[in-house]
Amino acid sequence: MLETICLFINAAIIQGIPLLFGATGEIITEKSGNLNLGIPGIMYVGGISGIIGGYIYEHTAANPNAALCVLIPLLSTLLGSALMALIYSFLTITLRANQNVTGLTLTTLGIGIGNFFGGSLLSFFGESGSISLLTTASYYKASLPFADKLGLFGKTFLSFGFLAYSAIIIAIVTSFVLNRTHIGLNLRAVGENPATADAAGVNVTKYKYLSTIVGGAIAGLGGLYFVMDYTGGAWTNDGFGDRGWLAIAIVIFALWRPKLSILCSFLFGGLYIVCVYIPGLTSSSKELIKMLPYVVTIVVLVVISARKNRSNQPPAHLGLPYFREDR
Amino acid sequence: MSNVALRLDNITKVFGKIIANDSVNLTVYKGEILSLLGENGSGKTTLMNMISGIYFPDEGHIYIDDKEVVIRSPKDAFDYHVGMIHQHFKLVDVFSATENIILGLKETSRDASARVREISEKYGFDIDPDKKIYDMSVSEKQTVEIIKVLYRGADILILDEPTAVLTPQETKKLFDVLRKMRDDGKAIIIITHKLHEVMALSDRVTVLRRGENVGTVKTSETNEAELTEMMVGKKISLNIERSEPINPVTRLTVSHINCINREGVKVLDDVSFEARSGEILGIAGIAGSGQRELLEAIAGLQHIEDGSISYIDPDTGSSTELKDKTPLEIRELGVRFSFVPEDRLGMGLVGNMDIVDNMMLRSYRKGKSMFLHRKEPASLADEIIKNLEVVTPSANTPVRNLSGGNVQKVLVGREIASSPKVFMAAYPVRGLDINSSYMIYNLLNRQKESGVAVIFVGEDLDVLLELCDRILVIGSGHITGVVDGRTATKEEIGLLMTKTDGGHSDDKN
Repeated sequence: MLETICLFINAAIIQGIPLLFGATGEIITEKSGNLNLGIPGIMYVGGISGIIGGYIYEHTAANPNAALCVLIPLLSTLLGSALMALIYSFLTITLRANQNVTGLTLTTLGIGIGNFFGGSLLSFFGESGSISLLTTASYYKASLPFADKLGLFGKTFLSFGFLAYSAIIIAIVTSFVLNRTHIGLNLRAVGENPATADAAGVNVTKYKYLSTIVGGAIAGLGGLYFVMDYTGGAWTNDGFGDRGWLAIAIVIFALWRPKLSILCSFLFGGLYIVCVYIPGLTSSSKELIKMLPYVVTIVVLVVISARKNRSNQPPAHLGLPYFREDR
Repeated sequence: MSNVALRLDNITKVFGKIIANDSVNLTVYKGEILSLLGENGSGKTTLMNMISGIYFPDEGHIYIDDKEVVIRSPKDAFDYHVGMIHQHFKLVDVFSATENIILGLKETSRDASARVREISEKYGFDIDPDKKIYDMSVSEKQTVEIIKVLYRGADILILDEPTAVLTPQETKKLFDVLRKMRDDGKAIIIITHKLHEVMALSDRVTVLRRGENVGTVKTSETNEAELTEMMVGKKISLNIERSEPINPVTRLTVSHINCINREGVKVLDDVSFEARSGEILGIAGIAGSGQRELLEAIAGLQHIEDGSISYIDPDTGSSTELKDKTPLEIRELGVRFSFVPEDRLGMGLVGNMDIVDNMMLRSYRKGKSMFLHRKEPASLADEIIKNLEVVTPSANTPVRNLSGGNVQKVLVGREIASSPKVFMAAYPVRGLDINSSYMIYNLLNRQKESGVAVIFVGEDLDVLLELCDRILVIGSGHITGVVDGRTATKEEIGLLMTKTDGGHSDDKN
C-alpha cells in the first residue's frame, strides 16, 4: 500500500513538472499584463525544438558528448519558445493586436509546428521510422547517483532528472524576484496599472517584452522535459495533450503565486493520472476523473470571485493593450 | 521675480484633426503658484502632459532653468525635477504607499520609509506608509501622489484638478501644503475650474481657450468675472436664478432604507428623507458615500434590504410602494433617472448608436408592429439638438463621437422629454464647461418650476448652495444632516460630509 502511494506521488510529480514550467512561464507573462494563451503551443514548440536540436547533434557527431547532448537541445528549446513568445509580444505589444486571438492562434500554430516536424524530421535526413533520441534522453533522465541507495524515499523524491529540480528552483526564484526585487515591483506595476508604471518612469514596453519572452522560454522547458525525460526522447503527434491548458488553469488556481503553483502543479499532476491508480474503473469513468483538474479550477474561480479579496485577484490590466498617448 | 523655473515656447500638439494646443507660450517662476484656467477641452491637461512626458509636442520648445530640454518620457521629466499629480491618480491599487513611492526607482523600501517620514514631517502629512492604496480615502491617495512627486525631488509641481474630489476642509489643508511648498521655492502649476480657488491660492493666472493662451494676469489685479470672460470669450452671467418653490407637496418618501452593495459593504444605513414637488433637493457628500446607490434604489436598479420608498401620485394622492417594482414599472410611474458616470456613456446611452436610436431606447415599446418607427424619435432628437444647442453633425451621428458636454445634453434632454414627475440627476455637469453647466442648471430649474420633484447629486458645493432648496448631506451611507440651501454655508456642509467617521470612502463612481 505504502509503495503504491509512493509510486503515485512520484508519478504525480513527474506529471506536474511540465505543468509547473508552463505555469511559471505564464505567471511571469501575466504579471506584465499579457494573457498569453499561446502557452500550450509554445510548449509544443519547446518540445520539438529540443528534439530537432538533439536529433541533429546525435546523428552528426560520432561520439556525442554528454554536456553538448544536454546543452544543444536546451538552447534549441529556449530559442524556439522564446521566438514564439517574441511573435506574441510583437503582435500584442507593438501592434496592439487582441491578446486572446493572438494567443489562440499561436497555440494552433505551435501544435502544428510540433506535429509537422515530429512527423517529417526523419525524412528530411533520408531516414525512416520514428524519432528516438536514446543517448540524449539518457542524460536528461540521469538522476542523482545516491537516489537508489535511499530506499523508498529516494525512489519517490529523488529519482528525477535535472530539469525537474530546475522547475522547482525556477519557480522559487521567480517568486523571489517578483516579490522582493525592484524588477518584480516594476513588473507587477506594469501588469496592474501600466499608465502608473509609465508615469513613474518604468519602461512598460521593455518589461512587457522581456517578461513575455522569458515566460515563454520557461514554459518551453516544460515541453523539453516532456519529450526528453517523460517519453525518453521520442515524439508522438499530439502527445503532449492539453497539458498547456492545465498549466494556464494552474496559474488561476495558484492565485498567480509561483511558490503555490509548485504544489498546485503536483496536485494537478496527481489528478491527471489518479484514474490509473483507482482500481476497477471503466474507461469512461476514467475520462470523467481526468476532468477533475478543470472542475477544481472552476470551483476555485467561483470561490475567489465570491471572496473579493483584493490581493488574490489577477493583475488588473491583464489582457489589455497599453498605449501612452491613448485618449 | 526673475528666476524662471519653466518656460514653454510655441508649443503645438495635434491629435488627428483636433488641435489641442496651438503655439502656447507659458512661463512659471520659482516660488510662485500659477493657475491654469480654461474650459473643458481647452488643452490644459494636454499641455501639462507634455511637460510631464506623457505626450510629446509636435512643435515648440521647453526650457527648464533657462536651458532647452527634450522630455520624451515621464522618466525624463523626473530627471528635470518635474512632477505631475494627475487628475486620475496614477497609483497601483494593490501596492502599499511606500511601494508606490519607490516604483521605478532603485531604492529599498526601508530607506524609503525614512525619507517618506522626513517629507511628511516637513509638510505636515499624515500617512501610514504600509497602508494599501485600496484601503485609502481619496485625500490619502492624493497625499501619496504628492509625496511620490516630492520624493523624486520635484521642483516644478503640476496638479491637475486636485480639489475636484476633496471636501472643503481637505482642500484648505492641501492649499496650506501648496503654500508651504511655494515658500520653499518650488514652482507650482495648478489646473482648476473653480474660480474662487484660483483667487484664493494663486499668484498669477494663465487662461487657455481652445488650445490657445489668451492671456496671463496677476491674481491680485483681476476678478472672477474678468477671468470667466477670458475663459469663455464672452460675458456670461454666473448667477443661477433660484425661484421659491411653488406649493410644494411630498412626492417621494424614503424611509429607513438599508442597502448592501455587490461587494457586501453596507452602503446605505437607515436612510430617510422626502422629496417634494417644485423643489430641488440637493445631495452632497464625498464621492462614493452612497449617493449612487440611493438614486439607484429609488429607480429600482439596486436591491434594498429593508425600509420603504413610496411614491405619491400628484393626481390621485395615492401612495405606491416602489420597493418591489421593476425599473420599468417605476419609470412608467414617472420617476426618471439620469446618472452620469465618470465614463459618461456607461449608463443611459449606447455609444455606438446614433442620437435617434438612443431616443428609441425609451420609446420602442410603444410600437405596435414588428417594425421600428423612427419618425417620432427623430423629431424628438432634432428638438433636443435645437433646444439644448447640441453640437453634432447630424442626428444620425453615433453618440460616442460627441464631446462629453453634448452627450450629457442628449441624455438629460431625453429624460426630461418624457415629462417626469420625479427627476433624478447625478453629476449632470461632470466635466462640462461653464456654458453647458449653466444650461443644465437652467433645465433643472425649469423642471422644478413645472412642479417636478428634482433630486440633484452634485460635486461642487458652491453650485449646490446656489441651486438647491434643501440639501441632504450623506456621509458613509448615513444621512448626516439636511440643511436649507439658502442659509447654509460650505463649511457647515463640509463638516457634515465627514461627520460619520467610518474611515471608509472607496470611490466607486
